[in-house]
Amino acid sequence: MNPGNYVALAVILFVIGAVGVLIRRNAMVIFMCIELMLNAVNLAFVAFARQHGQVDGQVIAFFVMVVAAAEVVVGLAILMAIFRARRSASVDDANLLKY
Amino acid sequence: MTGTLTAVAARAAAVPTEVPLAAAGVQRAAWLLLVFPLAGAVVLLLGGRRTNRWGHVVGVAMPLAAFVYGVIAFVAMLGYPADQRSRELTLFTWIHVARFDVPVGLRLDQLSICFVLLITGVGSLIHIFAVGYMSHDPERRRFFGYMNLFVASMLLLVLADNYLVLYVGWEGVGLTSYLLIGFWQYKPEAATAAKKAFVANRVGDLGMSIAIMLMFAVFGSVTFNGVFGQVGHASPGVTTALGLLLLLGACGKSAQLPLQSWLLDAMEGPTPVSALIHAATMVTAGVYLIVRSGPIFDLSSNARLLVTIVGAATLLFGAIISCAKDDIKKALAGSTMSQIGYMVLAAGLGPRGYAFAIGLLLAHGFFKAGLFLGAGSIKHEMNDEVDMRRFGGLRTIMPITFATFGIGYLAIIGIPPFSGFFAKDTVIDAAFETGGTTGWVLGLAALIGAGITAFYMTRVMFMTFAGERRWDEGVHPHEVPPIMTSPMILLAIGSLGFGAYETLGDRLADFLGPVIGYVPAEPALFTPAGIVALVLIAAAIVLAWAMYGRRPVPATAPHGSPLTVAARKELYGNAVNESLLMRPGQWLTRLSVYFDNRGVDGLVNTIAATVGGTSGRVRRVQTGFVRSYALSMLVGAVLLVGALLLVRI
Repeated sequence: MNPGNYVALAVILFVIGAVGVLIRRNAMVIFMCIELMLNAVNLAFVAFARQHGQVDGQVIAFFVMVVAAAEVVVGLAILMAIFRARRSASVDDANLLKY
Repeated sequence: MTGTLTAVAARAAAVPTEVPLAAAGVQRAAWLLLVFPLAGAVVLLLGGRRTNRWGHVVGVAMPLAAFVYGVIAFVAMLGYPADQRSRELTLFTWIHVARFDVPVGLRLDQLSICFVLLITGVGSLIHIFAVGYMSHDPERRRFFGYMNLFVASMLLLVLADNYLVLYVGWEGVGLTSYLLIGFWQYKPEAATAAKKAFVANRVGDLGMSIAIMLMFAVFGSVTFNGVFGQVGHASPGVTTALGLLLLLGACGKSAQLPLQSWLLDAMEGPTPVSALIHAATMVTAGVYLIVRSGPIFDLSSNARLLVTIVGAATLLFGAIISCAKDDIKKALAGSTMSQIGYMVLAAGLGPRGYAFAIGLLLAHGFFKAGLFLGAGSIKHEMNDEVDMRRFGGLRTIMPITFATFGIGYLAIIGIPPFSGFFAKDTVIDAAFETGGTTGWVLGLAALIGAGITAFYMTRVMFMTFAGERRWDEGVHPHEVPPIMTSPMILLAIGSLGFGAYETLGDRLADFLGPVIGYVPAEPALFTPAGIVALVLIAAAIVLAWAMYGRRPVPATAPHGSPLTVAARKELYGNAVNESLLMRPGQWLTRLSVYFDNRGVDGLVNTIAATVGGTSGRVRRVQTGFVRSYALSMLVGAVLLVGALLLVRI
């Protein structure tokens, strides 16, 4: 197996996620894009761990999953609250906290 | 050098420096003199409206009680031998810190008892007059409260046995003068005049307070005994400095040049105030101070020379102003300034002039108070008009006022046998006796002053009592009630006889001799200078008659000569003060304000504005759009990673 392919896939996934975060307005989609970026990173961790024959990267991948799960819980709760209050899931509408 | 030292020592020895005896008998109650008027002031000022109905009775009774006690103390003093009449009464220790020891004590001697009798005697008469004069004023009770406070302060001033307690009285009379000039404070002129008097007095008080500090620094004591006992050993510089500083204090209180400008404005106060404070008593405090500090002035001929110059200049200055004033009270005020100039001149002549200064002071207390009360009655009856061009023909309407005012007039211009003749001629003679050019200059100034005095007082008489009636419409003058005429009659009797009594037989000089340390020979009744003075006075009366008696007085003042215009403007005394002191002071404050606003505040404000402006622009970055935050995070992360990669390579 060639780790370069995995890393290339991870980069493609990360860029898709980052661009999604930047250009989409729907909070739900942004959320999914963030997950995509996290998983791209996870993929890179696992690929490098395999290449170097060390377990560290795989351990960190687990940690990232745990953190992502916790983050989803909190993030979705906030999303629900905002949606209930404003009847909108657009992140551009939630712009009161500014100068 | 040795010659000067022995001369100083000889003069120092001539000064009476022995410590006065303790007061005994009835004089042990001398504190009553202060307590009576002070109690009156406390009751009237703290009692409020409840005392409105009977306040004036208390106000009159208290100075009268003090006068009665003063007479008792005077009689007791006459019972002692001449060299044991100076008595001291220590009341309590005021300040006792390390080497600084200030007892509060009273000194009853020949000098202070003269003042006590003048202040309480003339003061009581003026209080009685004020009952009638202020009868329509709703604030009469407050007026009497202030007047009693004044009497108490003035008595403290003359009875104190040290300079610090004297200074308390000195400030007390300054305060009450301020309160009473501004008694009708709703009139802007009165409020301004009060402030002006206070500020001018502060300048003099500064000299006074520095003199007291200097006394403590050099002698370690501020009591009369302590200072006079050691002043003989002080350096000439110290005695001259003390003399000049005390003179500055005297100039402020006695309205002498260059601090004279407040006295004419002080006439905004009620007329009894003008009579008591700004004619008979307070303004003579400077003369008292110089005579009391005689042992200091005796040692400094320079300080004495300056005192005589100030006196001579002021006596001419005040007299010239009086010639052009149409306001009867201001004409009399200029005259007061001039007469006090005579006293200061006499006091500056040293021990041989002290008795004459006090003699003129006492005589002046009678006739000037009488003149002011007369002016007050006229003002009272003329609906508060003071312009003499609106008077005229009052001789038949107000015969008692005319008679008493006339006696005061004859007394002030020095017609024998009225008091001014005796009191003023002695001063003129003493000035000539100085000898040399100084004597001639001082004597001539005093002589010319006597002539001008006769001119302006005759002018006042003609414009007020003679000629046609130039009254405003609706003015119906009558003679004032007996409560106002009786004090005027008593003062007129004093003006008539007191000068002869005190001068003939050298009574006052003999009486004051032990405390002054010098007994002048009894002055001759008619000296060459006195005869010249009488001729000058007669000429001045004729001139005044030709100008104001023979011709009708125009209702509006004619333009007049440049001298008249200058005299009307008080010889530009106010203009000098304004251009030398007020304007530069204003410039200084403006400069300070400018520096504070632009300099100090400018620096602080610039820093604040810079920080505020910058942050105002920077905070625009916080747009509230989450996606732009995300973009900046991404850019930041990319830059960070790029930087790490670069560093690694």
